[in-house]
Amino acid sequence: MNNAMVIGQYVPGNSLVHRLDPRTKITIIFIFVFIVFLANNIGSYTILTIFALSSMLTSRVPLKFVLKGLMPVWFLIIFTFILHLIITKEGTVVFEVFAFQVYSGGLIQGFAISMRFFLLILVTSLLTLTTTPIEITDAIESILQPLKKVRFPVHELALMMSISLRFIPTLLQETEKISKAQASRGVDFRTGKIKDRIQAVVPLLVPLFVSAFKRAEELAMAMEARGYQGGEGRTKLRELKLSKLDVWIYLLFVIVIIGLLITRN
Amino acid sequence: MDITFENVSYIYQQHSPFAHKAIDQLSFHVPSGTFLAIVGHTGSGKSTLIQHLNGLVQPTAGKVKIGDFQLTADKKPKDMKQLRSNVGVVFQYPEHQLFEETVAKDISFGPKNFGVGDSEIQHRVREALQAVGLTEDYLERSPFDLSGGQMRRVAIAGVLATKPSVLVLDEPTAGLDPRGQKEMMNMFYKRHQAEKLTTILVTHSMEDAVTYADHVLILNKGRKYMEGKPEEVFVQKEALQKVQLDTPEVVTFLDRWNDKFNTDFRFTRQSERELALAIAAVIKGGKRS
Repeated sequence: MNNAMVIGQYVPGNSLVHRLDPRTKITIIFIFVFIVFLANNIGSYTILTIFALSSMLTSRVPLKFVLKGLMPVWFLIIFTFILHLIITKEGTVVFEVFAFQVYSGGLIQGFAISMRFFLLILVTSLLTLTTTPIEITDAIESILQPLKKVRFPVHELALMMSISLRFIPTLLQETEKISKAQASRGVDFRTGKIKDRIQAVVPLLVPLFVSAFKRAEELAMAMEARGYQGGEGRTKLRELKLSKLDVWIYLLFVIVIIGLLITRN
Repeated sequence: MDITFENVSYIYQQHSPFAHKAIDQLSFHVPSGTFLAIVGHTGSGKSTLIQHLNGLVQPTAGKVKIGDFQLTADKKPKDMKQLRSNVGVVFQYPEHQLFEETVAKDISFGPKNFGVGDSEIQHRVREALQAVGLTEDYLERSPFDLSGGQMRRVAIAGVLATKPSVLVLDEPTAGLDPRGQKEMMNMFYKRHQAEKLTTILVTHSMEDAVTYADHVLILNKGRKYMEGKPEEVFVQKEALQKVQLDTPEVVTFLDRWNDKFNTDFRFTRQSERELALAIAAVIKGGKRS
């Protein structure tokens, strides 16, 4: 329903990035999110940008589609950029707009911070664009496995995640269906006073909750009917396996990190 | 209201990897007062088609005309509410749209949104409830305490109470018991005749289409596959089977009968009674017509 919502939307494909073990992708992206903050000069930013953009290109997800998905965060990026221009007062005055002096330090800071944002979002959305939600939860379950020793309910957590992920599209569909039905009965969700518009949500939310509860009950019943008894002794249909490809990618990523450490000052 | 589709196409999620053509260059015309049945296999574009009728979606190409209202890719009527009060849509499983505390409030929700006066609403609620075969005892009950079939009736009453001049029904009887199905369809048909409605019925049931419709439109993969009077369309067995549809039972029966007894009954939308009489005449008279 919402074409701009790319986050969480999987684009089917068979590219190198798609074929990677989801654990590899999650680990690399997790580390990437941290090392983005290590970059502090042009060289280090270039290395990270090349890494992010080349992964994006090898994933063969249409670039137009990716950028469209970044739409909601463009605002944030531009906002931080401008904020830095105004607030940071270091270096020399580069130019003046409406009595605001823009300093070179602000320009550099603003650029660096927006670049960080951009890289973070590009890479994390790459994960969800090339990995099915089910792969992601499987990977998380596998990565968190050691926590089982301290009685952390890993399996239950993974199950909860996959169930909620599984029902996002269903709920979206349901929302669309009900809002269309109510729109046919004369509800106007888009125009009118704020008060009216808030009230217009009630005929949408009530049926949505009713059906969500009903669905949850039915799901629980269906699971029990099929003998579900928790994670103990449960085997997997899709076993995660690390391949040679993953090893190569890890190596490549280590090189990127080393490159980053060398270039930063 | 007259309904015209001119070369209408609709693509879901255009310009994305998920783009999917639901309706493809569809054209047809329905004069006011027609009972149109739209038949097609699952995924043939029926549900998408009916969403054009009250402007829930705009065609990605082509033009839709409903009375004086026009919808094109970049233009929609200014007064959408006006269009929606004229076109009532009963969606699949309409009981999912119930939300009010009482049946009476839920039925009056539509008319209230369209600015109908209070006393008129009172009148319409009672009338609509009666039409769907529920007594006034239900008015103050919560719609969530009712059985599935009763909820369906309340939801349908909610659409009827808006007094539309075009009534769109998307498989309104799916999931009801056989008797409820028949009652419901008869009710729609009676209203169609009494209030000179234009009715558009989306259905899987060839029986319903043949019993009630004056005009049939068969869709396949978003395109118009066949169109015409039921007695013309439904006798084309081979063509129907190509798109996973069957002939109505009456036609199948007549075919077999004609084969077996070497008669030549033509399908002219006879009622069960007429058919029985005609067949009785053959059996009793022993003559082969």
